[in-house]
Amino acid sequence: MSDTASSINLKDQLLNGIIKENTIFKLALSLCPSIAVTNNLKNGIFMGLAVLFVQVMVNITISLIRKVIQPKVRLPIFMLVISGWVTVTQLLMAAFVPDVYSKVGLYIALIVAFASILARAEMFASKNSVVPAMADGMGMGIGFLFALTVISFFRELVGKGTLTVPTGLSTAHIFTFINTKPVLIMVLPAGGFLAVGILMALFNWINSRYAKSSAHSH
Amino acid sequence: MSSEFTKLFELIISASLINNFVFTRFLGLCIFFGVSKKMETAVGMSITFVAVMMVSAAVSWVVFTQILVPLEITFLEIIVFIGIIAGLVQLSDTIMRKVSPGLYYKLGIYLALISTNCIILAVPLVNAGEKYTFIQSIAFGFGSGLGFALALIIMASIREKLELADVPAPFKGLPMAFVITGLIALAFTGFSGLITI
Repeated sequence: MSDTASSINLKDQLLNGIIKENTIFKLALSLCPSIAVTNNLKNGIFMGLAVLFVQVMVNITISLIRKVIQPKVRLPIFMLVISGWVTVTQLLMAAFVPDVYSKVGLYIALIVAFASILARAEMFASKNSVVPAMADGMGMGIGFLFALTVISFFRELVGKGTLTVPTGLSTAHIFTFINTKPVLIMVLPAGGFLAVGILMALFNWINSRYAKSSAHSH
Repeated sequence: MSSEFTKLFELIISASLINNFVFTRFLGLCIFFGVSKKMETAVGMSITFVAVMMVSAAVSWVVFTQILVPLEITFLEIIVFIGIIAGLVQLSDTIMRKVSPGLYYKLGIYLALISTNCIILAVPLVNAGEKYTFIQSIAFGFGSGLGFALALIIMASIREKLELADVPAPFKGLPMAFVITGLIALAFTGFSGLITI
């Protein structure tokens, strides 16, 4: 009985981060990389994976040490844990995916300042045991990865007419879809803002439609 | 001496206009969208931000070149810089509360927000990466702060007008703000090529 209850909870935890509290589309937090690295599908996916990794590891660490943290100094300790894991991610990426790292390096370092990661550590991981904290981190991280993938998919397809799909750590296959002149502005900085604005509106629209139809059926 | 001044001037112009952190490097967006709803808060944030930015650029330069480089532990730069910034924000919070409660009452809340602004972490990282001198680091910090203030004030003045506009329902709020930022960014593309360093 308790087993099914906890599994439902875990599923809710996962879904919560992906849909209800999607970091980028719903909470509008941690927006910097959502525009900076998303003019190319491959960079977007790797950035999303890096955030997923940091979020899960931070949640696990905080949850493990939550009983020994003094409440008064908890914020500096959270920051220390986060920046430690970001440094690990940075060094791993520099070693294994140097071509991606050369483009997104600065933004990897700036994961430290992500309000969303600190918020999950403060609101969830510091109050829950390891497994729910991990599920929460996974949900949040996957939601972030999902948002970055959608944005970069849209931007590269419209802006360049291609899709760079990673097939391994250092290999990628570039598909070409549009051979005529693509809408160049979408891969420029200005286009990033436009793309996120349009996708956010789309997300809102789908959500409101979904809310309406579920209210109707009940 | 004069060429040194030209270099500094170019650095400030380039950091504030051409490579504006908000419009071309997309940093500090959370704060940018968060506090640009009202002109008054935008101005308060701008003043606090420029001041903290210059001090943190200076302190992190000293720590980086005098402690991290000689000890060969530059890979710890993220942890050290975020520590410096958090400490600095806490310190100025305490000093301001004691020395000038009036100012603290007005600007204190922005001070707390600043530590979650990624520009403040990006500037020391860029300074360290580009190997700027002490004066250049401060100039870069000042220029970046100025650029952020400019972006914030432009955006706040547009958003105040937007309150009265009839925006399609799904675009209400943030999506519209994003589209507007996109259009301003497009205008800022015009600054590229103003100075070639």
